[in-house]
Amino acid sequence: MNLKIFTPRGGVHPDSHKTESSETPIRHVPMPPRLIIPLIQGSQGSARTIVTVGDKVLKGQCIGEAEGADGTSIHAPTSGTVTEIGRYPMAHPSGLSSQSIVIEPDGENHWITYEPLDPTTANRDELILRIQASGIVGMGGAVFPSHLKARSKINTLVINGAECEPWMTGDDRLMRERAANIVSGAAVLAHLTGAQQTLIGIEDNKPEAIAATRTAVDDMEPVARECLGTGKMTVIVVPTRYPTGERKQLIHVLTGIEIPPSDRVTKFGIQCFNVATAHAVCRALLHGEPMVSRIVTVTGNVKRPGNYETPLGMPIADLLAFCGVKPNTTHVLMGGPMMGFTLPNLDAPVTKGCNCLIAASKELFPPPPSEQPCIRCGECVDACPVNLQPFELYWASRAKNFDGAKYHRLFDCMECGCCAYVCPAHIPLVDYFRYASSEIRARDEEQKAADQARMRFEFRSSRLEREKAEKSARLAARATETRTKSAADAALIAAAAERVNEQAQIEPSLQDNAAPLYDQQT
Amino acid sequence: MTSPHIRQPASVQRVMTTVLVALLPGIAAYVWQFGAGILVNLVIATVSALAAEALVLRLRKRPLWVTLSDGSAIVTAWLVALILPSIAPWWLTVAGVLVAIIGAKHLYGGIGQNPFNPAMAAYCAMIVAYPALMSQWPSVDGVDFATQLHLILGGSRGIDGITGATALDTMRTGLHNLGNVQDILTSNTFGYAGGRGWEWIAAGYVVGGVFLLARRIIPWSLPLGFIVGMGVMASVSYLIAPESFPSPLFHFASGGTMLAAFFIVTDPVTCASSPLGKFIFALGVGIITWVIRAFGVYPDGIAFAVLLMNICVPFINRATPLAPAGQRKDRP
Repeated sequence: MNLKIFTPRGGVHPDSHKTESSETPIRHVPMPPRLIIPLIQGSQGSARTIVTVGDKVLKGQCIGEAEGADGTSIHAPTSGTVTEIGRYPMAHPSGLSSQSIVIEPDGENHWITYEPLDPTTANRDELILRIQASGIVGMGGAVFPSHLKARSKINTLVINGAECEPWMTGDDRLMRERAANIVSGAAVLAHLTGAQQTLIGIEDNKPEAIAATRTAVDDMEPVARECLGTGKMTVIVVPTRYPTGERKQLIHVLTGIEIPPSDRVTKFGIQCFNVATAHAVCRALLHGEPMVSRIVTVTGNVKRPGNYETPLGMPIADLLAFCGVKPNTTHVLMGGPMMGFTLPNLDAPVTKGCNCLIAASKELFPPPPSEQPCIRCGECVDACPVNLQPFELYWASRAKNFDGAKYHRLFDCMECGCCAYVCPAHIPLVDYFRYASSEIRARDEEQKAADQARMRFEFRSSRLEREKAEKSARLAARATETRTKSAADAALIAAAAERVNEQAQIEPSLQDNAAPLYDQQT
Repeated sequence: MTSPHIRQPASVQRVMTTVLVALLPGIAAYVWQFGAGILVNLVIATVSALAAEALVLRLRKRPLWVTLSDGSAIVTAWLVALILPSIAPWWLTVAGVLVAIIGAKHLYGGIGQNPFNPAMAAYCAMIVAYPALMSQWPSVDGVDFATQLHLILGGSRGIDGITGATALDTMRTGLHNLGNVQDILTSNTFGYAGGRGWEWIAAGYVVGGVFLLARRIIPWSLPLGFIVGMGVMASVSYLIAPESFPSPLFHFASGGTMLAAFFIVTDPVTCASSPLGKFIFALGVGIITWVIRAFGVYPDGIAFAVLLMNICVPFINRATPLAPAGQRKDRP
């Protein structure tokens, strides 16, 4: 058992601002007048509506079936009536809308009949199908479908309780209050993936969560070992550092294995799930509850910061209003302050990836000072967790030297923001990188389209060429044919004339008649 | 607004101010050993640097305040003042500053864009243009402030006893006249390790340099590379022929070695980018400096060495890219 901690390069230590929201227990929120559930809730696929307007639904009833192998199902977050199926704004930086099911709650909150699935008796495919049918996606924010990850066969299962983003405390509270569920979910995932060891990584700024998780592991591990045949489970305390909660970073800290940005973690026999995802797996399989709610940290410029068990589909504005958002709030961030984005529209609903909402004010999030020229001081290089030279990327991106940006490994960048965080010249480095990568993608697309057009054109010209050649070959063949035919005719005529001549020689009296006959023929 | 939404409280101003603070021990030692003349030159350099900066920014139609207030022009000004003789006439200092700010910095696009170290470019221009003035340094004893002020304000020169040769100069001339290192070192010019008086200034720069290292303003790879480069050359030559080559300690304590190690080669704009590249860059500066000191016509070769290595920076950067993440460890 390896308990050594590894220290990856780079990273930053911003003010944590955790205590604002971490010291109150998880609270429930009142049901809003309507819930908006987008059909797309996973990063790899969507769901297909299986209800129609007017249908009565129960809490946990499937309202959208997973589409294809990569989609994930969606469920009614409470009992009520489907009132509309239409396009609503998404919680996304683009502010685009997406097809959503609108449910008007009936206030009863009636659950469907729970159908737990016993992992000790159910077979692996059944369990994985159930994870998909329960609509479980990565709850750290990336919303990658969990059933796709649970299918992999690996040695080491990593459970991510690092929660390195400042302000966010949802995982912390979840571990403090529901560690047993997390550990059970982790045991099921270890069983499914065949992992021999499970490492639960938690940052050292969450001592209560660490203690609670350790107790749960002590209680559950022997049971899991006996019932599911899973291996050792260990809680590992990792130093607080941003971005240790990024999965490859956490894997590096826990195992010492540094996975290249372009490689999949499974190539190294490792898979990683967030603690909240493990919790959801436990609820889905052991209790038969599909994913209908999630814990959202609401913090920042609000009167009652904390963690809220929020029904999926609750409009963000309603949730913020319940938490007492203060009037001088300038904008709202979704996700943490390092990688989150400004919500373009507060009418967007809470979705499975909505881990944190931060109400921002001028005091809490002052606008960054004006950008100054880069002095190549190298602070960004020291801060970069993936060993890039952000200032070189900056110079290349700024000069639109996209090949240079690629040379400096632009696509290794995960946009964690450490470089921009430390930059003494206040350069919004990540913006430059986003610009460059979108330009490169657009250029590649264009190149692809141009290549296709060229191929089409070349194919068409070669087809025309071929047709032309075929046609002329056909004409030539016909001409030859005609020529041979007329040559044969001429030969026949010549032969006939010959015969006539021969006859004339025998019968000179007939010779005078033969010549006009030949003239007529030609 | 885009991520990240928070920023570390850091600024270019803070970096530059820290560098200025780090120069103070060296300046204090300068004043202690050679009088307050250097302060006058520092003021002249600062004022002319800010004026030159403002003028060029105006001509280039750039925002004045952001760049003027970042402190970079003042750092350049102080370095120029410290590498020129403290009794140089005021116009020499001004000319040096103009070369640094306008010629070396703004003609290449301003802060962050210059390939050559501005202070070193100024030194080279001045020593080529005014070799005589550039070799007149205050002697450690007996130049009072009034006389220094007189000289700085352009007063007549050639008063014996006021100016003295530097340690490197004395050594070079002595060796040229077929002297032997040990005999030359008995001269009044030398102190414990380097030039008398100058070694204290060098010590001041070391104090400032350690402060910068501790504050992580400069990386260790640069001063180390420079000292290793010079040290290896000086040690080997000293071990082979101690009568013709002075010891590494002499090289470290003389001329601008310590100023260069902590304040010149460490200029982030003009050095290589990766840690290994930085080390190679500084190593090159150290080696070339020693070669110029040992065999060249100029007493101190740091400025030329830095400019030569500045030229090599793009090649060093090409040759020393950072390893991609995940490819430095053994795979399971």
